[in-house]
Amino acid sequence: MSLDAKTVAKMARLARVGLSDEQVHTYQKEMQGIIGWVDQLNEVDVTDVPPMIGTGLAQPRLRDDQVTDGNCREKVLSNAPDREGPFYTVPKVVE
Amino acid sequence: MSAYRITGETGEWEVIVGLEVHAQIVSQSKLFSGASAEYGGEPNTHVSLVDAGFPGMLPVLNRECVAQAVRTGLGLRAQINLFSRFDRKNYFYADLPTGYQISQFEHPIVGKGAVEIELSDGEVRHIGVTRMHMEQDAGKSIHDQDPTRSFIDLNRAGVALMEIVSEPDIRSPEEAGAYLRKLRQILRYLGTCDGNMEEGSMRADVNVSVRREGEEGYRTRCEIKNVNSVRFVMQAIEVEAQRQVDIWESGGEIDQETRLFDHVKSETRSLRTKEDAHDYRYFPEPDLLPLVIEQSWVDELKAALPELPEDKRARLEKEYGVSRYESGVLTAEQSVADFYETVARGADARLATNWILGDFFAALNRTGRSIEDSPVSAEALRELLALISDSTINGKIAKEVLEDMVETGERASVIVDRKGLRQVTDTGAIEAAINDILAANADKVAEYKSGKDKLFGFFVGQTMKAMKGKANPAMVNELLKKLLAS
Repeated sequence: MSLDAKTVAKMARLARVGLSDEQVHTYQKEMQGIIGWVDQLNEVDVTDVPPMIGTGLAQPRLRDDQVTDGNCREKVLSNAPDREGPFYTVPKVVE
Repeated sequence: MSAYRITGETGEWEVIVGLEVHAQIVSQSKLFSGASAEYGGEPNTHVSLVDAGFPGMLPVLNRECVAQAVRTGLGLRAQINLFSRFDRKNYFYADLPTGYQISQFEHPIVGKGAVEIELSDGEVRHIGVTRMHMEQDAGKSIHDQDPTRSFIDLNRAGVALMEIVSEPDIRSPEEAGAYLRKLRQILRYLGTCDGNMEEGSMRADVNVSVRREGEEGYRTRCEIKNVNSVRFVMQAIEVEAQRQVDIWESGGEIDQETRLFDHVKSETRSLRTKEDAHDYRYFPEPDLLPLVIEQSWVDELKAALPELPEDKRARLEKEYGVSRYESGVLTAEQSVADFYETVARGADARLATNWILGDFFAALNRTGRSIEDSPVSAEALRELLALISDSTINGKIAKEVLEDMVETGERASVIVDRKGLRQVTDTGAIEAAINDILAANADKVAEYKSGKDKLFGFFVGQTMKAMKGKANPAMVNELLKKLLAS
């Protein structure tokens, strides 16, 4: 699988990362290398093998429905670069 | 019923609608954290470090939310998937701290089901449900507090939602309204969502497309996001369908896009024009194992389900002899049905139905109260009706007693005694009153006897008036007939 510059630019945009044309070129080469290496996996025949997303044995731990957390506004807002009273603030987003 | 059509310049157009309804799950805590899921609260207090997307925080699934999703699936008579899985839906927005929403994409917990709707002309239709899955809600952005900044409150972030996706089976605004109302009713009966649209507990994304009458297949659709009332959903469909018809007829093309409904201007407009807006790059949520539930647990939940609206309706019709229309009104809310049954059980069911749908509802309307905080309890109303049934008071006096009950909160029997409203069934007393009336209106008696039958009502009215409304009406009729014939 090959990776063109357009795809790299699109991925950067989706990740909200600004890249110069030169950087697009650099990352295209680096990412192409990663993909090429991972491509080796395609040599394995996985016809009729369902994707593995767990061991199939482990069960997720479920919580009881009780309020056990929250009410920690100062902690929650502790990393906010710009807060206003009890709120986070961000540059205005209106659609 | 004649089908809903939009008449364009070149012919008739059919409207195709599918709804994605987001319903907030009733639970104490959030889907993946122990923070409170209660509506409101001081900003950013119902928030844990998990909800705020702090590094290293891991989601732990709330068992009750899963149970609520299963109950809802059962209520929609849908397939329950014992295996389901969570996925990440990636997008950036200020009120989504992690940069992704945990949702169920490929393997939802609930599969195909159906909702039965009834239209105003009595026609019954089945609207298919494609699927239903669990996901997290986002936080709230507040735009009107500051000229350059938006404020973010994460209290709602991480609250559990069910997304119920319908098939494109809906063919008119009316059907969309009926579907939403029915869905809301089912969820409220099940206790899985409070259906409070003002608080945003239920909101809909509306998919609309149009096609020419008789055309096969579907044309490009537009999605109208986040419509938060039944009325607005119906209006949005109407104006969006018209917009699309106008574009097709003038030779244009519809772009598949997300739109917003502006109810003030009554128009829809394009919302996200960014080409990548729909590239969510779903992938399996690495922080959660697939969810596997036992059939035995599903069976347990099923056995404990409350009676659903359709079943209750059929039962009320059978047990109390109410009409199809009446059963619809009485089962609209579970609390109304419960109230009705408390009154009607062991009483004259016909009398109970007429009184509840008539004078009692009118009293609620007048006082602006709901059935939950009714000024007259079901037991008190039943006592009032019993006084009618055993002829202690007549129906007209009972209306007066009900008004007094609403005002004073006193029991019917107390009011009847206090005001001396007991019905007069003493033949002698009624006869005496009638004789006085007939003597005072000799001219009218003569007219009546010469064939002017309509005057009978006049004599009844005069007699009731003379007896302050307390005479037994049947006896007044009977005695009047006898005395006028003599």
